[in-house]
Amino acid sequence: MADTDFRAETRDWLQANCPPEMRKPVESDGAVCWGGRKWRFKSDAQKLWLERMAAQGWTVPEWPKAYGGGGLSREDAKTLAQEMHRIGARSPLSSFGIWMLGPALLKYGSEAQKQEHLPKIARGEIRWCQGYSEPGAGSDLAALRTSAILEGDHYVVNGQKVWTSYADRADWIFCLVRTDPAAPKHLGISFLLFDMASEGVSTSPIKLISGYSPFCQTFFDDVRVPAHNLMGEAGKGWDIAKYLLTHEREMIGGMDFAATGRDALHQLAKTALGDAIPGLLRADIVRHEIDALAFGLTMERVKDEAKAGQGVGALSSMLKYYGTEVNKQRQELIMAINGSDSLLWEGETKHEGDMAKGWLRSRANSIEGGTSEVQLNIIAKRVLQLPGA
Amino acid sequence: MPLVLTDEQRMVKDSADGFFAAEAPVSQLRKLRDEKQADGFDRALWTKMAAMGFAGVAIPEQYGGAGLGMVAAGLIQEAIGRNLSLSPFLSSAVLSATIIAKGGSEEQKAALLPKMAAAELIVALASDEAARHAPAHVATRAEPSGNGFRLTGTKGFVLDGNVADRLIVAARTSGADEDATGITLFLVDPKLAGVSVARKIMVDSRNAAAVALDGVQVDGADVIGEAGGGYALLEAALDAGRACLAAEMLGVAAQSFDTTVDYLKQREQFGQKIGSFQALQHRAAHLFCEVELARSATLRALQALDAGDDRAPFYVSLAKAKAGDVAKLATNEAVQMHGGIGMTDDYDIGFFMKRARAACETFGDSAFHGDRLAKLLHY
Repeated sequence: MADTDFRAETRDWLQANCPPEMRKPVESDGAVCWGGRKWRFKSDAQKLWLERMAAQGWTVPEWPKAYGGGGLSREDAKTLAQEMHRIGARSPLSSFGIWMLGPALLKYGSEAQKQEHLPKIARGEIRWCQGYSEPGAGSDLAALRTSAILEGDHYVVNGQKVWTSYADRADWIFCLVRTDPAAPKHLGISFLLFDMASEGVSTSPIKLISGYSPFCQTFFDDVRVPAHNLMGEAGKGWDIAKYLLTHEREMIGGMDFAATGRDALHQLAKTALGDAIPGLLRADIVRHEIDALAFGLTMERVKDEAKAGQGVGALSSMLKYYGTEVNKQRQELIMAINGSDSLLWEGETKHEGDMAKGWLRSRANSIEGGTSEVQLNIIAKRVLQLPGA
Repeated sequence: MPLVLTDEQRMVKDSADGFFAAEAPVSQLRKLRDEKQADGFDRALWTKMAAMGFAGVAIPEQYGGAGLGMVAAGLIQEAIGRNLSLSPFLSSAVLSATIIAKGGSEEQKAALLPKMAAAELIVALASDEAARHAPAHVATRAEPSGNGFRLTGTKGFVLDGNVADRLIVAARTSGADEDATGITLFLVDPKLAGVSVARKIMVDSRNAAAVALDGVQVDGADVIGEAGGGYALLEAALDAGRACLAAEMLGVAAQSFDTTVDYLKQREQFGQKIGSFQALQHRAAHLFCEVELARSATLRALQALDAGDDRAPFYVSLAKAKAGDVAKLATNEAVQMHGGIGMTDDYDIGFFMKRARAACETFGDSAFHGDRLAKLLHY
């Protein structure tokens, strides 16, 4: 379809279907829609917006229509994003299913698995969590020890995961397990999908320096998982894990840049300080915005090049590394701009404490999904091919 | 517009990369410097650049150019940056060609542009007066005289001013020294009475000239564009030049980086390749990211200029600031990681650091463009 036709139709559709309340900036993390069996919609507008977008397939615009997607080309998906941005429309659904599992399912899943899981992800019916890190397997993820032993037509899973994001609110987990303890460490790993409501699964939130508890410890005690929930081949889970990590890294690196309604840093400075921004602080803001803008253009270019079959590849590590460092810098500057106001921790209005908590939360960006140092290792090895890397 | 090159642009890139590597590698710069050659560049190379269509890349086809636009010009200058090739490309083919093509009369365009595209005529821009770039700072005066004007003032840092057949001089027909209004652009033959041109050899072995104008009589027909309204034209040309400088600095940074990564894979100390040390790996990996960011910003700036986008000045300042910072980082890291050999004149890497510094200072450094970007965002 010609770009202008699609743009006009999309604009009309959004105008008619996006509730006014969903065109305002997200005021806090709590207002983001995650969906799932346990989800309570924050408003009728949030529910309506998700349902309407899901009916269009536009929660996952580039996925095939057969699996609940919009079947859009990258160009049309970009147009949709631009038109949503134009009216300040919120993302209808935040989801690890969309960002992480979905792409891996499309590439490695069986037809039955795709049909079972993808439409539920697209409609926000099932919320997923990721079972990767373990107490003894952080940066060295492949050292994981959670075991899955095949007994008849079921795997029996035992072990412990940590840093499982929103495990206490998730419905299903995609989980790295060791199915062959005798194999070399990367080759004994498999990729298993199972219901968090299964007997033997328990979770316990971890309180962080930000005061939030987005992560959990997750325990598996003789959890029985049907063997057909194995994704890909047994022992090939590490390939899927790496593929999925590239999506996770792009997501973490780009998350804050993609957020609609996010004010540019200089806007925040003007709101707080008017025209009286001290010279050195202004210089810091400028330097940050130069990096943030150049990084945003790089995300755009990497996608455009991928579509055109150009580009150098293995760039998810670059996006993860740089995007998180830029975002951490932004959070530091938000604190500096707001001075002692930024230090508020508890208060009468629900927004008091947001700045300090946001700053503290962002410290994890360069740790989760592979630390900045791990990303630099990957670039040194895969892109630069430096010796011994 | 997607941030990728079109097929036509990829062809320009391939031919420019091949051409400069073969015809004007770093060894040519070294030779010209060591011989203290009077022009400071190789005229035979400039003629070949015309034959390739490079000298006329930004000149419309109807005036003998290739009419390929700024992305193509940037790709040529990126290849120039990779090889540190010397030519009047920036001064004549980008800056002056932009002014004449955008603001010149039909007579001026017909008289000048075909010769510029053919490398038969070099035109240089004489605008800067202050050592730190301040384009509206024009103290040079143009007083009405006869059927034209008399120009009096001094210009510093006129790129290729010593080899120019014509100068484009920014002079003030009204207003105070710092006003954006009241600036007029004049076409001046450097052979006219009252013009003196002194070659200055810079740290990067490139040419810049100090130009003094002492009551130089020019004709009314030598005004380019509107009298008093030259600033917009000057800014348009400077933005074209700044974007091409960003591209050149990208080339400088990328080549320094590639050379350094190769060195890390060869040099052995403590019984192993130094590239196996994580302390160096992480710095190299960080540098890789920085070069990619500079590439994205530069391409968007060049595209915005071609599209006539209102935001072009914003993207140009973004690119000039980012590419400048990255070129400085890449060349300084290159010298440091090469160790002692990086400090020797025999080794090429020092040339890249010198060029990065000079290109950074040309038409506004990162502080200038960061400030401009902030002002465009109203803070």
